[in-house]
Formats: sequence, structure tokens, C-alpha cells
Amino acid sequence: MARTLAEKILLAHTDADDVRPGDVVMVRCDLVMANDASGPVAFRQLEEMGAKEVFDPAKVVMVSDHFSPASSVRSADMLKRLKAWSESYGVTFYGQGRGGIEHTLLCEEGWIVPGSVVAGGDSHTCTYGALGAFGTGLGSTDIAACLAFGEFWQVVPGTIQVEYTGERQPFVAGKDLILAVIAEIGVAGGTNTALEFVGEGAEALSIDERLAVSNMAVEAGAETGFFPADDKISEYLAGRTSRTWEAERSDPDAEFVRQVHIDLSRLPPLIAMPHSPGNVSAVADIVGRKIDQVYIGNCANGTMTDLRQVAEIWAGQRIHNDCRAIVVPATQKIYREAMAEGLLDLFVEAGAIVSTPTCGACFGGGMGLLGPGETVIATTNRNFRGRMGSGEAEVHLANAYVAAAAALAGEIVHPGDVAR
Amino acid sequence: MIVEGRAVLVRGDNIDTDVLYPGAQLNIDEVEEMKPYLFEGLDPSLRDELGGDTVLVVDENFGAGSSREHVPLAMRAWGIRCLVGKSFARIFYRNCINLGLLVVTCPEVVDAATSGAMLSIDTETREIEVDGRRFQAHPIAPFVLEMISAGGLVAWGERRLANS
Repeated sequence: MARTLAEKILLAHTDADDVRPGDVVMVRCDLVMANDASGPVAFRQLEEMGAKEVFDPAKVVMVSDHFSPASSVRSADMLKRLKAWSESYGVTFYGQGRGGIEHTLLCEEGWIVPGSVVAGGDSHTCTYGALGAFGTGLGSTDIAACLAFGEFWQVVPGTIQVEYTGERQPFVAGKDLILAVIAEIGVAGGTNTALEFVGEGAEALSIDERLAVSNMAVEAGAETGFFPADDKISEYLAGRTSRTWEAERSDPDAEFVRQVHIDLSRLPPLIAMPHSPGNVSAVADIVGRKIDQVYIGNCANGTMTDLRQVAEIWAGQRIHNDCRAIVVPATQKIYREAMAEGLLDLFVEAGAIVSTPTCGACFGGGMGLLGPGETVIATTNRNFRGRMGSGEAEVHLANAYVAAAAALAGEIVHPGDVAR
Repeated sequence: MIVEGRAVLVRGDNIDTDVLYPGAQLNIDEVEEMKPYLFEGLDPSLRDELGGDTVLVVDENFGAGSSREHVPLAMRAWGIRCLVGKSFARIFYRNCINLGLLVVTCPEVVDAATSGAMLSIDTETREIEVDGRRFQAHPIAPFVLEMISAGGLVAWGERRLANS
């Protein structure tokens, strides 16, 4: 029987004899993850359930990233309790200054392999699709049940297959590839589906760029969004993990809910305009809009690839006087690598703020919030009203080239117009 | 099961979790402390309409975005008994179900309901009554109904632990 990759992965993780879109099945997790925002609520639910231990401490990871380092006593207390809980239940814990932003971190640390199921107390758990995993975002009560039983209930999704063909234009990055999909299917277009990214254009993407693509699957309403296992994933995982995995793909005659085709040779750099990731325009159509802040970072766009793109634009230039720029490397490892490469020095010399890894202003937690009437271009994933501070601020989403270019000009420009 | 309440209308498609509950307040894990922030970025005056048994009437793709359970936790604590909408975002939907908070899809009710109208939802027949008019809701998965009648995932987990 022909099956999609999503169906194959779920079937391998359930006791059900068969899975078809719409079926409700219990799915076993290979990994359960939560953070300082979702964890403490989950711990209360777990306690109320009466569970005294977690199903398998070796399959549980807690990460301090949302409010880390604490800028309030309340946050400090949450972070303290996350650490205490992790120690008492014997699970893996990434503390402040020891890890970074959860999704980039868990990929980097070898926790994620193709075909695995990851239950994460964070909607951007779909990022693990970059490595071919069924990573899916869940709320805290779901996470509590996953901690207790190693399972969650799941409505088997249909699949939207996205095929990228053609060669990419200059200054087009992973962010543009996913914004193009959201523009095409809409912010609810992926509801009850998994996105599957295939084609020569998908295969050509580096793992860092795939992170950017998978990260925003949830912005189309999808359960997850993945790349089938290939040589790039295999190379990335070599020396990073001892977990075993097998490369699987959707069967050629599998049924898809929908097929979307994106021709990369015709795709320009894009921007999601306020206040929706689906409100997408070509950069060229909106040049000249004043920008107060540029923010480089998040769970998929604080990678070495993003930082190198910024450096390419900023090298030897100064950030515009009326604009401020904040750069947030996603993990401690990336932070050190960027330091060793001289990128952090280049950023500071250009007049930027370089932050420790944190979710920070991406979700409105801190480290670069916006005031009323201010505008930002961020390499993050959501531009909902009030997402990065004031409800009167305007958040634009774009790739690192576009964001970096705006920092030099103090307004939206095409990166090709400022790059030397 | 019959669920009843006074209609509170929340208009607009794609209402996201961030306007329903601000990110800056995610460092709260005590439910009573979450209540004052519900609807903060959307329209704080909506909180004045809450109290007693209410049914939230919403449009398309309600609850898009984050997995923050603070939204349905605060809703349940305010006395919201059910959400009736045109469609729901996936994580928000399952968060409600896991908390035993009924979510029903019925576009006709959304168009018919007026602020303060009495709504009555029968989960067995899927019949929704609004000011004497009757509508039929979309099918609800049996698993979801079981979860609701069990009182949510915590109660379900409690029973599973007791039986193991």
C-alpha cells in the first residue's frame, strides 16, 4: 500500500495496524523536550496526574532558553525550578550558558535523526523536520502526558508535498523558500497536514537553510514540515550521533492532499509584512520603509550560515545612525565559532549589539523589545501584533541578507544595492 | 453531555496566541495569575464580558501560532465552557481538548450568534441551540469526545496510572 513519509513514520511509532489521514492514534516519542516557558506548567500537570517518574529519563531534554538569562525575579525563579526539576527526575538539562536555543541546539547535539518522533513543548518543534524527523509542537499538558507515558495522541495528517525546482537567485535564503509556501497556501493552508519538501532545490539546501524552512511549517498551520533523509543529513549527523536511523521517503504513488511547486529561478528575496507571516511581499516592492531595529536570531536563524550572510553585507560598513542591530547566535557552539571566525568582532565594529544565545525578543521575552511606533526587520518566524514588544510596533520577517542590508540603510533595501 | 453558556464574541480570522496572551507573561505558571492577561493584546475589555458560564464564539483559524497553554488555562479559569468557531489552529485545539475544554466547529452558529445569546451544545447529537434556533455542528472525533468526558488529559493520565 502506498504511503507518505508522515504515515510511515507514525506507523512505526504506534500500535495501530494501519494509519490513514484523520485516524486518531497514540504515537510513541523518541524524545520529549520542554523549556523554561512550557516546562513548569507541564510539571504541575504531571504532579496532578500523580506521576512519580518520567517514562524514560534518557529520552527527556529540558532547555533554559526563553527567559535566559533572567531579566526579572519571576524568570529567575522559573529557570531555577526548571533546573531543580530536571535534576530530581534525572533528565538531560541544558542550563544557562551551557546550550542555547532549543531547536538549533538539539540538532547540533545529535538528538534528532530522520524518522524519529519528537514531542516538544514549543510550537517550533517542527524545526526538526530539517533532519527528517516528525517534530511536532505540543502544549504543556500534552508534554506532561508524554513525560509520564512517552506517548501523545495524534490525528494522522495528510501531506502537502512542496517541490522546489530551479536555481536560487542571489540573496535568496531558506526563509524565502518557506515564506513563498506560506504565501501560496495561507496561514491555515497546512492545517491537519505535514509539509514535505522535495525536489532539486530542496536537496541543494544546507542543513542550516533547511532549519529555516522547516521552522516555519507551523506558520502555515502544519503539524510539521520535513525533508526526506539524504546525503546532506547523513553527513551532518556523522560524528554527531550514535542513534541509528533509516532513510525513508514517500512512496512514488502515495496520495498527497496537495502539491505545491516553487520555481526558485523566479523567487526574489521576500518580506512578511506586519502582522502576519502570510502577508508576503517581494523586497523590491517595499523598499524605502524606515527601520528602527534589525534582529538576527531565533531557533532556526541564528546559525553560522545566517551570521556569515550578515557579515557578507556588513563587512567594512557601519550600521545606520538611526537604526540599531541585535545579533543573537543560536547556541554557545555557534557563538564560539563566530568568535573564532572574527564575525562577532565584525558585528561589534559595525555598531551592532551581540547577545548571548536566548529566545529573547523573538517572542517578546526581552533583549531588544520594541516601543510604540517602532519598526523591526527580524530573521525570526512570527510577526503577530505585539510579538516583539509594543502592540503599536511593526515586525517584518526576512532572511539575514535582507535584515542586514536594512541595518546599513536604515530602511528596507534590496541587499544587492548595499553589498560591496 | 450538554454544555451551556452566554455567548462572548471574538471577531476576526487568524486570531493568534500572542494577542490572546502576551509572551512576556509566559514566565507565569500559576493559573490564577494568568487570568488578568487573557485577551491583553486583542482587546482587554473582552475580560469584562467574562464571568459565569460563557461560550466563546470565534471565526477562522482561531488560536494560530504558539503552543502556550496559558491561553486555554486562563479561558477555563474565567469560566469559558466551550468554544464554537469556524475553524481552529491545531495546537490550540488540542490544548483545549487536553484541558477538557470543549471545542466545536459550526460556521452557521458563528454567523447567527449575538453577544450575550444563550448557547446550548449537545455533544451526543452535535446540536447547538442559539436563542431557540438549532444548528448541526461538524463531527467530533470519538477520541476527542472521550477525552472531554474524561475531564481532560490529566484525569485520563491519572486513571491510566491507577490502572497500571
